[in-house]
Amino acid sequence: MSLSALLPVLVILSSAVASTLVFFMNDEWGRLRTTVYLGGEVIKLALVLVMLRGIYLGESYETRIPLVPGVDFLLRANPLAMLFLTLSAGLWLLTTLYSIGYLRNAPHRSRFFGFFGLSVSATAGIALAGNPLTFFIFYEILTLATYPLVVHRDTPEALAAGYNYLAYTLAGGVVLLAGIVGLHAVAGPVEFVTGGALEGTEAGRGALIAVFALLIAGLGVKTALVPLHSWLPVAMVAPTPVSALLHGVAVVKAGAFGVVRVVYEVFGIEFSRELGVTLPLALIAAATIIYGSVRALSQDELKRMLAYSTVSQVSYIVLGVALAGTLDSIGGIVHLVHQGIMKVTLFFCAGVVAETLGIYRISEMAGVARRLPWTMAAFAVGAFGMMGLPPMAGFISKWYLGVGAVDAGQPWAIAVLATSTLLNAAYFLPVIYAAWLKKPLGEWKEKRAKTRFEADWLLLFPTLVLALFVPAAGLLAGLDFSPLAWARLIASREWGYEIE
Amino acid sequence: MISPDWMVGPPFLPLVAATLAFLLRGRAVVWVCLATAVLTPVAVGGVVLLTLRDGPVGYAFGGWDAPLGIELYADGLSAFMLVMTAVVGLAVSVYAAAYYAAPKRAQDGRSFWLLWMFLWGALNALFLSADIFNLYVALELLGLSAAALITLAGTLSSVTAGMRYLLVSLLGSLAYLLAVALLFGAFGALDIQTLEERISPGPAAWTAVALMVTGLALKTGLFPLHFWLPPAYAGSPIPVTALLSGLTAKASFYLVVRLWFGPFSDILAPVAGQLLGLLGAVGIVWGSVLALRQRRLKPLLAYSSVSQIGYLFLLFSLATTAGWGFDAWSGGIYQALSHACAKAAMFMAVGTIIGSIGHDDIERMDGIGQHLPLTIGTLGVGGVTLMGLPPSGGFTAKWLLLTAAVESGQWWLAVVILAGGLLAAGYLFRFLGPALLNMPAGKISRSTPGVMELTAFGLALVSLSLGLTSGPLLELLRVGAPFPASVIAGAP
Amino acid sequence: MNAVTLYLLSGVGIVLVCLYGLFVHGHLVRKILALNILGSGVFMLLTALARRSGGPDPDPVPHAMVLTGIVVAVSATAFALALARRVHEQTDRPYLPEDDPEDA
Repeated sequence: MSLSALLPVLVILSSAVASTLVFFMNDEWGRLRTTVYLGGEVIKLALVLVMLRGIYLGESYETRIPLVPGVDFLLRANPLAMLFLTLSAGLWLLTTLYSIGYLRNAPHRSRFFGFFGLSVSATAGIALAGNPLTFFIFYEILTLATYPLVVHRDTPEALAAGYNYLAYTLAGGVVLLAGIVGLHAVAGPVEFVTGGALEGTEAGRGALIAVFALLIAGLGVKTALVPLHSWLPVAMVAPTPVSALLHGVAVVKAGAFGVVRVVYEVFGIEFSRELGVTLPLALIAAATIIYGSVRALSQDELKRMLAYSTVSQVSYIVLGVALAGTLDSIGGIVHLVHQGIMKVTLFFCAGVVAETLGIYRISEMAGVARRLPWTMAAFAVGAFGMMGLPPMAGFISKWYLGVGAVDAGQPWAIAVLATSTLLNAAYFLPVIYAAWLKKPLGEWKEKRAKTRFEADWLLLFPTLVLALFVPAAGLLAGLDFSPLAWARLIASREWGYEIE
Repeated sequence: MISPDWMVGPPFLPLVAATLAFLLRGRAVVWVCLATAVLTPVAVGGVVLLTLRDGPVGYAFGGWDAPLGIELYADGLSAFMLVMTAVVGLAVSVYAAAYYAAPKRAQDGRSFWLLWMFLWGALNALFLSADIFNLYVALELLGLSAAALITLAGTLSSVTAGMRYLLVSLLGSLAYLLAVALLFGAFGALDIQTLEERISPGPAAWTAVALMVTGLALKTGLFPLHFWLPPAYAGSPIPVTALLSGLTAKASFYLVVRLWFGPFSDILAPVAGQLLGLLGAVGIVWGSVLALRQRRLKPLLAYSSVSQIGYLFLLFSLATTAGWGFDAWSGGIYQALSHACAKAAMFMAVGTIIGSIGHDDIERMDGIGQHLPLTIGTLGVGGVTLMGLPPSGGFTAKWLLLTAAVESGQWWLAVVILAGGLLAAGYLFRFLGPALLNMPAGKISRSTPGVMELTAFGLALVSLSLGLTSGPLLELLRVGAPFPASVIAGAP
Repeated sequence: MNAVTLYLLSGVGIVLVCLYGLFVHGHLVRKILALNILGSGVFMLLTALARRSGGPDPDPVPHAMVLTGIVVAVSATAFALALARRVHEQTDRPYLPEDDPEDA
C-alpha cells in the first residue's frame, strides 16, 4: 500500500490511537496524558498539512478496503474534504489546550479526553469518507463518542439531556441509513463524485425525491434544521469545550457537511434543481435561520443563546448550498469554516467568564469587561463576526451569500439575510453593551485562584489566538490559503463553476 | 499438512476432555479443559483452511459409510459456526476458570467443566454432521448438557428454569425425531444430500418440515415459542448464560438453516419463509419492548436475546435465489456470529457486576462505571453490536439484511430492522446512562478477578471489529453456499 | 388394514395423546411420563417403518435408530426425574412454580 493510500487512514488513526491510549491512563497521570494526546494532535495536524499541500498540487489520496459485498470502505481526500478536515484538526488543538485549562482538577479527565479525541477522529472520517456508507459509519461513531461528553457532568440533568441527544441523533441516524439503503436500491453503489453520482440515472423521480428527503432528514437532525433542532439547546448542559466541539467542529458541522455532500456530490446541483428539491431545502434553511435568531433573542443563559445562534448560523451553509448558484455556494462552504472559528471563539469566552467568575447569565454580565477586558474583547470580535460586520470573517460569508442569491435569481434570500443580521445584532449587542458599559452588580465571586493574567492562561490564550482568526480570515481572504480561496478552489476545480 | 482427518478434532477433543474431567480431580480438571479450549480452536482452524482449500468436504468416521457409520461434512457454513463456537468457547472457558476459582463455587466447578465440554463437543458434532439422525443425537446431547448446566447453581429458580428447559428441549427433539422417522419412511434416506435428491412435495414431507421447524424454533426461542428463554437465561450461572445465549440458541438456528436451504429448499413455497420472517419481525419488537420493562440486567439482556433471535429468522423471508439471496442469507448468519460474541461478552460483564455489588438491579446501579469502567465499556461496546451501529458486526449483518429487504420490496421488514436498532438503544441506555453517574461511595463490596473483566472486554471488541473483518468471513460462507453461482458472486 | 399400518397409526395416536398430556398436566411426573411415552410412540413408528421398506428382512437402520433413541430417552428421563425431585425437595410440591394449581 503506497503512502498516498495510507495517509487518510493515518490521519484518522493518529487521533484515534492517542485517544484510546488515554482511556487507559489514570486521572493523575496528567503529564503523560498531555504528552501522548498532544503528540497525536501534532502528528495529525502535520499529516493534514501534507495532504493539504498535495491536494493543492493536484495529487490524490485514496484508501479503499472491501467492506460488504458491493460496497467498499472508502476514504478519499478532495478539496472539500480537506476544508473540513483542516478546520477540525486545527480547532481540535486549540480546544484541547482550552480543555486542559477548563478541566483542571476535575474528575474523569482521561474519559473526557479519550472520547473527545474519538469524536475528532470520527469527524476526520466524516470529512474523508468517499461514499455514503463510510460517511454513515463515522457519523454514527460520532454520535456514540459524543454521548459520554454530553453527559460528562454526571448530573441527572446531564443524563436527561443525554437521552434527548441520543434519541434525536440515533433516530436521525436510522433515517439516514434508510436513505442510504434506498439510494443503493435505486442507483446501486454510489460514491461521492464531482458533479454528482446520480447523473444519468434511470431511477424514478418519486423514488429519488424520497431518497433525498430521507437523507436530508437524517442529516438535518445533526444540522439542527427546524423542526429537528431541539436537542441542541438542551445539550448545552455539557462542559463548554464540548459545546464548542459540538457547535463549531464536529456534530452540527458534520450534518451540514453531509448536506453539502448529498447535494453536490451525490445528486449533483444540476440534477437536484431538476428534481425540484433545492428550493424546499432553501426554504427550510431560511426558516431555521430566522427561527434560531428569534429564539436567541429571548435567552438569558449565555450558552443557550449561543446555541440558538448556532441553529441559525449553520443553516447559512445549507442555504448557500441550496440556492445553488456559484457565489452563494462559495459563501455556504466558506461559512463552514468561518462559523466554526467564530462560534468556538464565543464559546471559549463564555467558558472563561463562567470558570473565572461563575457567571452563566447575560443579566449577570454587567461590567464583566472591567474584570476580563481581553476576554470580552474577543467576545466582541466573535459577535461582530457573527453579525457580519466588515472586515470580519462573517462579512465574507454573508457577502457571497447575498450577492450569490441575487445572481441565482432568488432575491428573497437577501431579505432573510438582512433580517437575520438585524436579529444577530439585537441579541449580541446587549451582551457587549452590558459587559463594557454597565456598572458591575457587586463584588466578583472568583472561582479560581488569581494568576498573572485575567484568567487561567490555558483558557485565555486559546481564546485570544482563535479570536485573531476572525478578522484575519476576513482581511486576508485574498491570500492563497485563506478559507475563501480554498472555497473558490472547490467551486472552480470540483464543481466546474467559472469564477471571474 | 491438513487432511480431512482434522474434522474429527472439533467434536472429539471436547468429548475426550469431558471424559478426562470425569476421571480427574481438582485443578487438573481445569487445566485439561483449558488446554482443550485452546486445542479445539486450532482444530477448527484446520477445518477452516481445509474448506477454503478444497471446498465442501465429507469424511466417513472410522471408514464406515452411511447409513450405519457416522459421516461428517464441512462446508463454509459449518466452518463458520465452528469458528463462532471456538471464539466464544475459548472466552467463556477463560472466564469460567476465574469464576469457578472462587471458593464458594468450587464444588460446582468440576460439573461445569464436564458438562461444558460435552456441550462443546455436541455443538461441534452438530455443525459437522451430515445426516439427520446423527443431528438428532447431537441435538439431544446438546439439550441434556445445557439443561444440566442451567441447574448447576442448585437454587430453586435455576432448578425450575432447568426443568422447564429440559421439557422444552425434549419436546423439541422428539418433534425433530418424529420428522426424521417420517422422512426416512417416505424417502428412505438419512443423509442430507441424498434426502435433497429424493425428497418430493407431499403430506409426509410437509408434516416433517412443520415438525422439524417448530421443534427447532422452540429450542431456539423464536417468538412466540420463547417463553422458556428468559427464566432459563436469568436463572443460570453467568458462564452458562453466556453459553446459552451465545451458542446453544445458534445451534438449533443453524440446523433450521441447514435443512431449509438444503433438503427442504425445493418443496417449500415462499410463503413459508415469509411466515418465519414475520415471526422474527414480531419477535424483534416484542423482545425489545419487554426488555424495556425489565428491572434487572440479566432478564433485560435475556429479552434482548429474544429480539436478536428475531433478526436471525428474517433471512428465511429474504433469502431467495434472486440476486440478493446470498446477501440476506449471509447477513442472517453473520448476525448469529456478531450476537454470539456481543451477548456472551455482555452476560460476562453482568457477572462481574453481580460479583462486585451483589445484584443486577438497574435502579441501584448508578455510578458503577467509575468502579468498573472496563465492564461498563464491555456493555457499551457489545451494545453497539446489538444496536447494529457501525463499525460492529451487527451493522454488517443489518446492512446485508436491509439491502435485501429493500431490493426484494419487503419494505416493512426494513422498517422493523431499523426500528429494532432504536429500541435496542432504548433499553441499553437505560442502564448505560446511569452507570456513568457519580456514585455514593462504599457500595462496592467485593472485587472480581481482572481476568474476567478483560476476557469479556476482549470478546466485546471481537464483536465490534467483526464489521471490519467481514471480507474473509463472508468468503468462508461462500464455500458450498446453497445458492446458484451467479447469486453467490454478488448481485451486479 | 395390515399390521404395519396399524402400528403406524397407533404410533401417531400415542404421540398425540402424549402431547395432550404434556400440555394439560402440571404435575412434573406426569409431564415426564408423557414425554417418555411420546418417545415410545416415535420408536413404534420407526419400528413399523423397518418392515414397510420392502424385502423379506426388516431394514436394520430404523432398529439402530430406535436403540440409540432408547438410550437417549432413558438418560433424559432419569435426569428429568432427578430434577423433578430437586424441585419437590425445595418447594414440597411436584410442580413448576408457574404451573402450580395452588398458586394460580
